[in-house]
Amino acid sequence: MTDALISATGLGIMRGERVLFDGVSVEALAGEAVVLRGSNGAGKTTLLRILAGLTQAGAGDVARPAKMHWIGHRDGLKPNETPAAHLALWASAWGAEADIIPNVLERVGLTRAADVSARFLSAGQRRRVGMARLLLDARALWLLDEPYAALDGDGRALMLDLIAAHRASGGAMVAAIHGAAGFPVSREVAL
Amino acid sequence: MSPAPLSAAFRQALSEAWAKGAGLVLPVTFFAGAAVIVPLGIGTEASLLARVGPGILWVALALASLVTLERMFQSDLEDGTLDLWLQTDAPMSALALAKTLAHWLAAGLPLAVLTPLLGIILQVEGERLLPAAVAYGVGGLAFFVWGGVGAALVAGVRRGGLLIALIILPFYVPTLIFGSMTVASGSLTGPPFMLLCASTLFALAAAPFGMGAALRLAAD
Repeated sequence: MTDALISATGLGIMRGERVLFDGVSVEALAGEAVVLRGSNGAGKTTLLRILAGLTQAGAGDVARPAKMHWIGHRDGLKPNETPAAHLALWASAWGAEADIIPNVLERVGLTRAADVSARFLSAGQRRRVGMARLLLDARALWLLDEPYAALDGDGRALMLDLIAAHRASGGAMVAAIHGAAGFPVSREVAL
Repeated sequence: MSPAPLSAAFRQALSEAWAKGAGLVLPVTFFAGAAVIVPLGIGTEASLLARVGPGILWVALALASLVTLERMFQSDLEDGTLDLWLQTDAPMSALALAKTLAHWLAAGLPLAVLTPLLGIILQVEGERLLPAAVAYGVGGLAFFVWGGVGAALVAGVRRGGLLIALIILPFYVPTLIFGSMTVASGSLTGPPFMLLCASTLFALAAAPFGMGAALRLAAD
């Protein structure tokens, strides 16, 4: 329990009249990758949102000692925002260094699209903007909802690189993934 | 708490308001249009217009403030920006106030600036135009702040614009009463203007908590 970056016990939530899940516990230590498994509608996204503090759990406790990144289905891009402007905005909101933005954009392969309005970006490119946010501010815990969604082969390889580097530097992650994870999974949580 | 997230939220809301046409054009056109058709409807008799003109402007201002509010928080909820804001260090109520003030700056302040011109059309006496414009500015701020609560409450509702009006119009009442008293008195030193300022300050103090709680609920 000493170095858990997030630990949740006995989580449960009602959706409508139905119990979505109950008695779920999640814990991620430094360097660990926890993968949430479950069919569509099993509540993976809801569980991640509870861990992120966005949704109120019906039961259970979550301890969040570490700062976290949340990358969900909705990418947080405004239609008129360019990737460069988006990263500049969040760098200033988070108090992160703005001068690493060009490097971050290059890392996620968005240099050419840096000044294109988000409404002209493809789903995969918008996803890469989310990945750029992960690099913008170093945070110990990543919560990723379907991190490979809409990504091409290169994007998937890039995501795996980022995850490996993050874990090597003592970070942890909790991700909802369908199919093969592609990285060594420390623990699986079935919903 | 550092002010960085607040200024970022302010800047984002300001550029959003401009980009979406919520700034300046839409509310100003609505406001001017509503005020200009009144003489066509009730006749152009100068004494009648001078009597009802200031009141017409208050009603038009209240309605114009509602025009652009619907999308203020709704788009944040839909594109996931709200999730990101909820995860910053700053309290959601302060962020919501920052966004509302930016929205007011883009869409509300131009309305107050326009009132002297519309006042002339409506035969308001010359020496009253400037105090009236200040009163419309102060009162309009209260409209936008209360309207922000409505916008936050209906963030998850499709076509919630009318719902905002239903929820929020009762909160406009003190501003409308003290505002029209201020314009009628033509002075910025008397009790009506003090009470108008007090009702706006109360809105600024109370409404952000409503916005913050409603937005947390919307993201849930």
